[in-house]
Amino acid sequence: MTKKQKKMLTRIIIAFVLLAALMTCEHIKILPENIWIELILFAVPYLIIGYDIILKAAKNIKNGQIFDENFLMMIATFGAFGARDFSEAAAVMLFYQVGELFQSYAVGKSRQSISDMMDICPEYANIEENGTLTQVDPDDVEVGSVIVIKPGERVPLDGIVIEGESLIDTAALTGESVPRRATEGDEIISGCVNGSGTLKVRTTKEFDDSTVSKILELVENASSKKAKVENFITKFAKYYTPVVTIAAVILAVLPPLVLGGGWSEWIHRACIFLVISCPCALVISVPLGFFGGIGAASRIGVLVKGGNYLEAVAEMTTIVFDKTGTLTKGEFKVSGLYAENGFSPETLLELAAHAEGYSNHPIAGSIKAAYLERTGKDIDLSRVGEAEEQAGHGISVMVDEKQVFIGNEKLMQAKGIGKTDYTSVTENGTVCYVACENVYVGAVIISDSVKDGAREAIADMKKVGVKKCVMLTGDRTAAAEAVSKSLGIDEFHAELLPADKVTRVEELLNRRGEKERLAFVGDGINDAPVLARADIGFAMGSMGSDAAIEAADVVLMDDDVRKIAAVVRIARRTLKIVKQNIVFALAVKALVLILGALGMANMWEAVFADVGVAVIAILNSMRTLSH
Amino acid sequence: MKKKFKLEDLDCAHCAAKMEEAIKGIDGVNDAVVNFLAQKMTIDAVDDRFDAIMEEVKAVCAKIEPDCQILV
Repeated sequence: MTKKQKKMLTRIIIAFVLLAALMTCEHIKILPENIWIELILFAVPYLIIGYDIILKAAKNIKNGQIFDENFLMMIATFGAFGARDFSEAAAVMLFYQVGELFQSYAVGKSRQSISDMMDICPEYANIEENGTLTQVDPDDVEVGSVIVIKPGERVPLDGIVIEGESLIDTAALTGESVPRRATEGDEIISGCVNGSGTLKVRTTKEFDDSTVSKILELVENASSKKAKVENFITKFAKYYTPVVTIAAVILAVLPPLVLGGGWSEWIHRACIFLVISCPCALVISVPLGFFGGIGAASRIGVLVKGGNYLEAVAEMTTIVFDKTGTLTKGEFKVSGLYAENGFSPETLLELAAHAEGYSNHPIAGSIKAAYLERTGKDIDLSRVGEAEEQAGHGISVMVDEKQVFIGNEKLMQAKGIGKTDYTSVTENGTVCYVACENVYVGAVIISDSVKDGAREAIADMKKVGVKKCVMLTGDRTAAAEAVSKSLGIDEFHAELLPADKVTRVEELLNRRGEKERLAFVGDGINDAPVLARADIGFAMGSMGSDAAIEAADVVLMDDDVRKIAAVVRIARRTLKIVKQNIVFALAVKALVLILGALGMANMWEAVFADVGVAVIAILNSMRTLSH
Repeated sequence: MKKKFKLEDLDCAHCAAKMEEAIKGIDGVNDAVVNFLAQKMTIDAVDDRFDAIMEEVKAVCAKIEPDCQILV
């Protein structure tokens, strides 16, 4: 509790004890019958608990702010005094302040948990000068400086490791609990926490451009992009208070004039209206709900740029994926070894890797990487003799003094390796045929592999209510079909140029229903136009790629498509909680207003409908923070 | 020029919305955001009169929510 809250608590306790004593006395009838003495006695706890409300109300009237809750509370309780309900007037003020205290405490708590969650801001950077370390503000570190990150410290700036080795905890940024290894030459992102090793890092960005600043700025600005529900509440709040106040005035004046008398009863009913006239419950709890939802998403490593996008994610029914880099890893690997004529797959790979020994073609890299992975050995270049590149076909090279050909089908034909000697391979991908001493050895298949968990991701999206998953790619139809089948994609379009992707997305946009939303998921590098055209653009953050963070509405910090379904769940839950609050608050207020007008509700119920509902709604909103 | 300020004792969300609107109405202010949850205020106003504008901002905020302090 803050100082202010503690002070209020003391006032509440004193006023409560006094009021309780007075009410007991009143009950057992030992209070003097004189109405003025009674008034003065009850005015004591009333003023102890409510003096600040009256002062504020007076100040606000002077400043021309009339529809203000302090003023309305003052009028309502004065009205109760006027109707000679002294104990009620004091009790209502007390109850109101208790509610306000609860409310301020709950808001403070949620502010705290949000800021704890966003506690990724580094406070200092260590700079080494003449062998001693000095702590400086990360803002003052220039690009290209060398900083030292000790074990357990937060990485203050983006950079490249130049010395040392450690495990980096990226959980605060990506929600990923398995730490990453970082050694010399690796890029390192600000906001992560260094594990057990000391690292020397050369910075590559200024603090303002570093990942951590970008993320903080994004999350802070997220609340300025309001969801439709939020805008509705803002508008509603504007009209609600004046309307209820005017209704109160009418209720106080009209019926007694028409019925001739009963003023105190009708004023009492009007006061009930005034107590319920603040829309606080909605004004606080709705934005808080969205803020909590955005916070919960950022905790699993998904940045949502605004409440409006969270709302759209909840309504998402079609997801369009880019293939390479989104559903597949975008890195080419050996996916199959088809050895023939008595050769073993190991021999095939060994020959292929050595034959490609001097080549720096990406395919050669993939084959060599596969060889290293399987055997744990680097290739032995002394075994490789003269190589001769056959442009567009492959390589002819001497390995262990034997003539080896590696290349495509055309090379095999040109070298007279008969068709009967090699079977056609049906697996998708780039095929490298290998022949040794004019005998066909086999084929090595290199293909882009599907991302881990992509299949579950699609299945999970279907489970949360996504009706259609579409894949767009510039790749060949056969490759696209294979990926699409293995993942359970509903529809795919292959061999597209970047401009075709926009057209396809537009077609899909036209086909979607009124309340349905379409999302595009891409790696953010060359699909900015599509990201912008879709209702929601998801981009792969690749741990802080600027392009992605700029272009998209939602950023998946660790490129994991499985997070999409998780965000849908968070969004749905947030929307549900927000709607619960709206319905609950409006229903209770409407009910108490009606009962109040009919003379069936008292001040206590009115105070509950005001602050009680606000506290409950805030507590409910805080559930969005947990996942 | 765009500047951020921290707010203290901003207890009423309704007042935050009112403050935001009143600040936007000040001559020379291009945009203003009062963030109730983050207790922060961002003001985008013309450069040459920024300090004078800030004085006006403080005055309207004091009118709407006397408890709330703008930390400069």
